[in-house]
Amino acid sequence: MNKPSKNAPARNHIFSVLADWPAHRRNLVLACIMALMLSFVGLVQSWNLAFSLLNMCLISAIMSLGVNIQWGYAGLFNAGVMGFAALGGLAAVLVSMDPVPSAWAAGGGGIGLGLVIGFVTICVNIYLWKRARSQGKKRYWLIGLVIVVGYSLMRMTIDPSVAAIEAVDPAMTGYLGGLGLPIVLSWIVGGLFAAAAAWVVGKVALGLRSDYLAIATLGISEIILYVLKFEDWLTRGVKNVNGLPRPVPYEVDLQEATWFQEIIAQFNLSIVEASSLLVKLCYAGLFLIVLLTIIWLSESALRGPWGRMMRAIRDNEVAANAMGKNVTSRHLQVFVLGSAVIGIAGAMLVTLDGQFTPTSYQPLRFTFLIWVMVIVGGSGNNWGAVLGGFVVWFFWIEAEPIGLWLITLLTSGMETAHWLRLHLIENAAHTRLITMGLVLLLTMRFAPRGLIPEVKR
Amino acid sequence: MTFMIGENMVGGYGSTDILNGCSICVDLGEIAVVVGPNGAGKSTAMKAIFGMLNLRGGKISIDGEDITALAPFERVRKGMAFVPQTHNVFNSMTVEENLEMGAFINTSPIAGIMAQVYDLFPVLKEKRHQRAGELSGGQRQQVAVGRALMTEPKLLMLDEPTAGVSPIVMDELFDRIIDVASTGIAVLMVEQNAKQALGIADQGFVLVQGENRYTGSGTALLHNANVRKAFLGG
Amino acid sequence: MEMLLNPLALLANFVLVPGLAYGSQLALGALGVTMVYAVLNFSNFSHGEVMSFGAMITILSTYWLQSIGLSISPLPTALLALPLGILGTIGLCLLLDRLVFRFYRHQRASSVTYLIVSIGVMFVIGGVIRFVIGPNDQNFNDGDRFLLKAREFKEISGLSEGLAIKSSQAITVFTAVIVVAAIFWFLNRTRTGKSMRAYADNQDLALLSGINPDRVVSITWIITAGLAAVAGTLYGLDKSYKPLVYLHLVLPIFAAAIVGGVGNPLGAIVGGFVIAFSELLLTFAYKKVAAYLFGEGLFGDGLLQILSTDYKFAVSFMILVVVLLIKPTGIFSGKSL
Repeated sequence: MNKPSKNAPARNHIFSVLADWPAHRRNLVLACIMALMLSFVGLVQSWNLAFSLLNMCLISAIMSLGVNIQWGYAGLFNAGVMGFAALGGLAAVLVSMDPVPSAWAAGGGGIGLGLVIGFVTICVNIYLWKRARSQGKKRYWLIGLVIVVGYSLMRMTIDPSVAAIEAVDPAMTGYLGGLGLPIVLSWIVGGLFAAAAAWVVGKVALGLRSDYLAIATLGISEIILYVLKFEDWLTRGVKNVNGLPRPVPYEVDLQEATWFQEIIAQFNLSIVEASSLLVKLCYAGLFLIVLLTIIWLSESALRGPWGRMMRAIRDNEVAANAMGKNVTSRHLQVFVLGSAVIGIAGAMLVTLDGQFTPTSYQPLRFTFLIWVMVIVGGSGNNWGAVLGGFVVWFFWIEAEPIGLWLITLLTSGMETAHWLRLHLIENAAHTRLITMGLVLLLTMRFAPRGLIPEVKR
Repeated sequence: MTFMIGENMVGGYGSTDILNGCSICVDLGEIAVVVGPNGAGKSTAMKAIFGMLNLRGGKISIDGEDITALAPFERVRKGMAFVPQTHNVFNSMTVEENLEMGAFINTSPIAGIMAQVYDLFPVLKEKRHQRAGELSGGQRQQVAVGRALMTEPKLLMLDEPTAGVSPIVMDELFDRIIDVASTGIAVLMVEQNAKQALGIADQGFVLVQGENRYTGSGTALLHNANVRKAFLGG
Repeated sequence: MEMLLNPLALLANFVLVPGLAYGSQLALGALGVTMVYAVLNFSNFSHGEVMSFGAMITILSTYWLQSIGLSISPLPTALLALPLGILGTIGLCLLLDRLVFRFYRHQRASSVTYLIVSIGVMFVIGGVIRFVIGPNDQNFNDGDRFLLKAREFKEISGLSEGLAIKSSQAITVFTAVIVVAAIFWFLNRTRTGKSMRAYADNQDLALLSGINPDRVVSITWIITAGLAAVAGTLYGLDKSYKPLVYLHLVLPIFAAAIVGGVGNPLGAIVGGFVIAFSELLLTFAYKKVAAYLFGEGLFGDGLLQILSTDYKFAVSFMILVVVLLIKPTGIFSGKSL
C-alpha cells in the first residue's frame, strides 16, 4: 500500500460492498450499525458506559479526521498527534480557568520578559543562519554564542519568576491560570494553538522523507509533552488542572432542578443515572455538531478546486511542481489544517474530562491508536476516518470485557483457581494491545485501503 | 563457430515488444558493438541476452548450449559477465572489496584472478584500499569492469561504458577494453558514442526499432554512407 | 591537585560511568535498528518491544535457572540465561519476517507502509509480553551489586567524593565491547558480512553478483535479534525490567542511530554515546563542581543545571530534531534521505 492513490486497483474484495453503495445509504447503514452496537453495550453493561463510549467515539472520529486530512490529502505521516491534542487541552485550561492574580503579580512580568528574550534569541539565530552563510564556520560559533548568551539571560529572568509563581498556593493553584472565558471558545483556541505549532513544525520538518517526518513529529510531540508536564507555572504539571468549567449543566444541578425531577418521575428512572445520562447526551450533541461541521467543510473543500489540486499534488508531485503548483506551501497548509482539527478535538477531550492531565498523553493511546483508526477506516476518505474512529475506539474499550468474557467462557471447564485461568483473567486487559495490533496488520495485508476506501473522482 | 549468439530475439518490458526479431553474435577475442538511435532496443537486447528480460521469441546460446531459460546468475556460472550502465560499483566498499564481491560465486581462490585484473587496470591496484565512491568517473568504470572480470568470464557485456565520461577517459576505457579482448574474452558493448565504438569494433550491429538494420565489420559500417548519414553525422 | 581530582571524581561518578553504561545500551539498540535500516530499508518501530521480548525470555529463563539452583555468583544468573534469550528473540524475528515483513518486501512497498506495519507488530509483541509476564517490575539481578563501592573508593583514593561502579554497569560495557567488536569483525572480515554490506549498498548489483537476498535478510534479522536481546537484558539488569519502559526507549535509540548516520554501524555506536552523554551533561547539576573549582557561593544558590533533570529524556528528542533539521544524514553520513 502506497500513499492512497487514485490509480491503485481496488483489492478490497471483502469490503468492496461498502464502497460500492452510494455514500448516503452507506453512511446511514453504518450509523445504524454503530447505534445498535452502542445500544447493546447499554443494555448488557450500562447506559452510562454506552454514552461515554459515544462521546469518546465522536472525539476520536474528529482526531482521525484531522490525521486523515494530512495523510489522505497529502501523504504526510504525522506521528505527533499526541502533542497537538495536548496543545488543544492546554488551550482549554488557558481559556477557561480563572486567572490567579497573585501569581501574575509575583512572576508574570519576569516570565513575559524571559519569553521575549527567548523569542528574540531565536529570531537572531534564524537571521544569522540565513544571512551569514558566507562566513562559513564562523557562523556556527556566532550562533552558538548567541544561544549561550540568550539562554542564560532567559534563565536568569525566568527562573526566579517561575519559583515565585509556583510558590503561590501550590496545593490549589501554583500557576498563572487562564482567562476565565467560556470553555467552548477554547475549542477554537485549541485549534489555533495546534495550528501555530504545526506551522513551526511544518516549516522545518516537512522536507523530510515520510518515515523521518514520523520520527521528527514523534520527537517534537514528546518535547511538547515534556514542557507541559514540567512547566508547573503554566499547566500545574503533574498536579493536573481539575475542575474545568463546563458548557453543559452539572449533574448535581440537574438533580436539584424541579423540572428535571418531574420528567424523571414520569418515566420512573433513577434520578442520579438519568442526570448523568442527560449530561453526556448534551456533550454528544455538541460534539456531533462540531463533527458534522468539520466533515461538511472537508468534503466541500475536497470536491472543489482546492481538493483537486491537492490530489494532483499527491498523485504526482513532480508534475505538479512543474506545472507551477507550490507543493511545499500546499503541504504546509494541509499539515496546519489537519493539526488544527486535532487541536480542536484535544480541547474537546479535556472539556469532557473536566481536567487536564499531562501524564495521560501517551503515544500508544494517542498517536498510534489514531493511526489504526485512519488505516482501518480508510485512508483518504473522510467518512472512512470517522468510521475508523468509531469502530476502533469501540473495540479498544470493549476488547477488555469481551476478552474477559471469552476467556471465562473458554476456561469454564477448568477449576476456578487454576493458575492458567487466573493468569489469563488477570491479564485479559492486555489482549486489547494484541487485538489492535492484529487488526492493523490484517488490514494492511488484506484490506490496505481500509473499510471505506477512497472514492475515485 | 561464434561463441555467443542471440537469435531472432522478440520481447520487451510489459506488453509491448521492443525487440522485433533482432540477432546479435560475438566470438571469443572479438569486440562486438551494438549502436543505434534512442529507443532502438540496444540496452534491451543486452538485458535479454543476460536474462534480465523474458523473451517471447528467439533463443540465446553460449558455446553451442541453449541458455534461454537460465536466470541471470546461472548465466554467470556459464561464463557471462554484465556491467550495468549506472550504479555498477559498491560505493561504500573499497576497490579491493568490490573485486571480492565480483568473485562472490567463485569456488576457487581468487588471488590469481585479482592479480590479473590489477595487471589490466594498474590504477586499481594503486587505489585498492580506497572507497569506490571516492574515485573519479573513469576510475569507477574500471572498477566496474574489473568487478565483472573476477568470475573469469568468457563473455563480457558492457552497457554504455563511456556514458558521461570525458573524451580522454573514453579513449583510455576503450584501450582497456581492447586489452580485455586480447586476453581471449568475447566483448559485447552497447554504445552511444557510435563513431569511436565502431572504430574499435570487429563486428558492428546497427539496431533500429528492435531490428537489425545494418551489420558488418566496424570499419565497413564506418564507411557505409547510409550509416554515416543516419548516426555518424555524415 | 585534590581540587581537580574531587570534581573529576564527581563527574566520573555521575556522568562518565553511567554515560558509558547507558551509551552502550543505546549503542547496541541503535546498531540493531541501523542494520535493519541498511539492509531492509525501513525504520523498525517494533525494535523496542523486540528488546523487551529478549529481556523477557532471559528473565523467565533466569527464574527457571534460579529455581533449579544454578548460579554463577558473583555474576548475575541472567548472563547464563542470555543465550536462551537470544535464541528466543532470533526465533521471534525470523517468524515475524516470514509472516509479516516478507510480503511487503516482495511488493517493494514504500517505507511508510513498513513503518505502519512495524507499529502493528509493536502492538502485538507488547501485548504478548504484558500478557505473559505482566506489566510490573521484574528484578532479576542476583549478582553482586557493586564492583567498586563509593566508600572503598574514598578509602583508596583519599578523596572526599566517592566513585561507585555497579557491576551491571561494568558488565554492560564489557559485553557491549565484545559484541561490537564481533560484529565489526563479521562485517569487515568475513565473506558473508561483506556480502551484507554489498547488499545494503547496492541491492541490484549484489543480486547480479550472485548474493542470495534471502540469506542476507535472514542473517540481518538474526544479528538484529541477538543485539536486541543483549541490549534489552543489559538494560533490564542495570535499571530494572518493566515492559512499559521499552516503548519509551525507541526514541533515544532511533535518535542515536540517526545522529550517528543511519545505516552506518559505527554511527550507531557513536550516536549512542553522544545521546547518552548529552542527556547526562545537559541535566547535571554543576553546582558542586563549580564549588570545588571556584569556591562556594560564586554562582549563587542555583543548581547550575542547563536543563532540569525532568528533561533528561527530552534531550535525546531535541538532539534528534536538531540533527534532522541541520544534517539529516548524521555524523557519519549514513544512507541519504
